[in-house]
Amino acid sequence: MADNQANLLQNEAAVTTVEAAEGFFRRLLNKNETVQEVVNWGRRWSFFQYPFVTACCGMEYMATAGPRYDYARFGAELPRFSPRQADLLMVVGTITHKQAPILRTVYEQMAEPKWVISFGVCASSGGFYRNYATVQGIDTIIPVDVYIPGCPPRPEAVLDAIMMLQDKVKQERRALLPVVK
Amino acid sequence: MSKEALERFTGHFKAQVIATHSDHGDDTAVVKRDRLVDMVTFLRDDPALAFELLSDVTAVDYLGVKEPRFEVVYHFYSVSKNHRLRIKVPLEEREPSLPSVVSLYKSALWMEREAFDLYGIVFEGHPDLRRILMYEEFEGHPLRKDYEMEHRQPRIPPRPGQSHL
Repeated sequence: MADNQANLLQNEAAVTTVEAAEGFFRRLLNKNETVQEVVNWGRRWSFFQYPFVTACCGMEYMATAGPRYDYARFGAELPRFSPRQADLLMVVGTITHKQAPILRTVYEQMAEPKWVISFGVCASSGGFYRNYATVQGIDTIIPVDVYIPGCPPRPEAVLDAIMMLQDKVKQERRALLPVVK
Repeated sequence: MSKEALERFTGHFKAQVIATHSDHGDDTAVVKRDRLVDMVTFLRDDPALAFELLSDVTAVDYLGVKEPRFEVVYHFYSVSKNHRLRIKVPLEEREPSLPSVVSLYKSALWMEREAFDLYGIVFEGHPDLRRILMYEEFEGHPLRKDYEMEHRQPRIPPRPGQSHL
């Protein structure tokens, strides 16, 4: 690994233009497994959540955030109330058709990389609401990474979901720099 | 508990009252809609009744159960006398409208909008009768019994391969 990196550095030593330098870093980051692992480690231990709280599940969300269960232990301690600053969207509670465009806009406003946790049965499937008003699971509108069952889920289930998402992020192999189209 | 209130009310509006009943301590008068504003004014201003609070306005759809199809239900409460009264106004399906009581009770403002939104009851003289819970582009009135159970009016289409049903 170290040899590869040294060769890469040597081969690219002659770069002179800005574009070439950028290409050098892009190749370095995308080829190097160690860099990918370090980045994944950083990502999974510093989730910045955007809590999209619409219903009673919000109480359990607050319990999870509080000192007894304390998801800060998993690095997810800072809720951001702007989607621009968040990388984990937690949809906590029932989503109605009236809210659906708002939820999708919030999701689209988040910068990559981003993940979604569907918190509770209402967000996951509509729960016991099957009527004119309720979205039958937020995965009909936006992609979801982890679903938490329960009405509402216990804080342990939420912590389990955060750990599952951490495992998922650990396995990820995605472009480390944004791809300019 | 409020039998006296019911009797006092029916005594003043004999021609308007269709029926009365008192079940489990809940006293109800079923009335015609014609002089509704007069009746509600009496409920509020009569010293022996003194219904200061209009705590609920809602509607019922009796499609296939009884005629006329709709009933608008008012719940009054007197804070000073601690008694309650329920007023029901039956409405025909072809013309589900009745006078608004917003001029008498401010609390009716949103409750009448809700009954309009979900049941399509038109409150004549309401200053701002538009939807309150459903979105502007929603068509129909979802709590009417003939609203299709599986009918959905999503504002955004589902993702590919997904369904809103």
